[in-house]
Amino acid sequence: MRLRRRTTPAAAPDGPVTTGAVELRGVAHAYGDRQVLRGLDLTLTEAKIGVIGANGSGKSTFARLLNGLALPTAGEVLVDGLSTATQLRAVRRRVGFVFQDPDAQIVHPTVAEDVEFGLQNLGVAAGERAERVTEVLGRYGLAGHRDHPAHLLSGGQKQLLAIAGVLVMRPARVVFDEPTTLLDLANKRRVARVIAELDQHVVVVTHDLELLAGFDRVLVFDGGTVVADAPPDDAVAAYLDLMSGR
Amino acid sequence: MIGLYHPVSSPVHRARAGLKLAALAALSVLLFAVPTWPVGIGALAGVLVTGLGAARLPARLLWRQVRPVLPVLVLLLAYYALVSDVATGGVVLLRLLSLVTAAAVVTATTRVGELVAVVEWLCAPLRVLGVRPERVGLVIAMTLRFVPVIAERAARIREAQAARGGSARGIRAWATTTVPLLVQVLQLAHTLSEALDARGADDPARRPRAGAR
Repeated sequence: MRLRRRTTPAAAPDGPVTTGAVELRGVAHAYGDRQVLRGLDLTLTEAKIGVIGANGSGKSTFARLLNGLALPTAGEVLVDGLSTATQLRAVRRRVGFVFQDPDAQIVHPTVAEDVEFGLQNLGVAAGERAERVTEVLGRYGLAGHRDHPAHLLSGGQKQLLAIAGVLVMRPARVVFDEPTTLLDLANKRRVARVIAELDQHVVVVTHDLELLAGFDRVLVFDGGTVVADAPPDDAVAAYLDLMSGR
Repeated sequence: MIGLYHPVSSPVHRARAGLKLAALAALSVLLFAVPTWPVGIGALAGVLVTGLGAARLPARLLWRQVRPVLPVLVLLLAYYALVSDVATGGVVLLRLLSLVTAAAVVTATTRVGELVAVVEWLCAPLRVLGVRPERVGLVIAMTLRFVPVIAERAARIREAQAARGGSARGIRAWATTTVPLLVQVLQLAHTLSEALDARGADDPARRPRAGAR
């Protein structure tokens, strides 16, 4: 069950363009003696890729490999031809990362300042920073909260803020690590809509199988390796079959 | 400072953060150098006119900041009445009240980022010693950001323990909260460090905030 549907390269507005693919060549990863990923050979070119699997199957480590938060202990990960091991900063400019817990990635006390943080790191000029912050806050329904303390936002608003803080940097690809796990149904749907409407290529690690509707490709992880690689319906069926035996 | 900014448009809000902090410092020096009733009354009146008038701050906002200090002020007044005289105590009370209110006006009219930018600007000469001012600013901003987050997690742990029959209050509750809270804070710090990396905090392109004023 393999799908290789090539899609038009995505371009974040004024951001890096995906000129190629994410390639994993013979990738393995271990935390000390514990092998969490092994034998991964993948080429990711699709716009919407889902990653599912049981807890501890290695899918979050896989996500971390894609922007160099984790480096392979064997093999290599290439993003548009750039190695995460040797060209980490260039890779991170291309690949944004949204964590499961928004509280752990919002670093500034107020909403607008947090969104601006990534732009400061990119060296964007003050005038353009202000424009981009205003635009992205408006797009995600946070314009009325720009000077509000981040800790007073609802869970859904915090996740949207975390997403806004990444997207304002205009990466060509975005990796989401369980973005809806902590959210109620309405906010899950809202985040799902946001992901569906993104111009960027996305990789979404999730336990929320509904989130995968409309995706181009879904990888099923088990025991540190990909056991199914198919369109959503087939991959979810394979995953449910896998889980039914446990 | 956390969540005290009151977003309205006013000349005081638009004034540079450095100017407001300098004015606050000057007021402190004046009040301590000239401890008299006229100066104290004049300072408090000036601060109130600035806060309630020019800055269009609600009275309740200033009251919320001043109220926690009132017991201390009353104790001070009582102390001065015992060891010196009420008039001297009154001047001291007026002096502290003016400064607390002035500080509340500054924090309510200045975004945290602007205050942090001033700190970064003040730290700029330390670059020769290898200090990175933007890092100092980031640490201050993150401290302000994570105080409520950690307080919330501590409350959650105490609730979870109470739900299982543990103490919800008192020294015993704090003792049993400390270790799980420490574990959570370390996990949070780990994810935060990854988030900082992912958002380019270590990128050489990072430049100091514009408008360090």
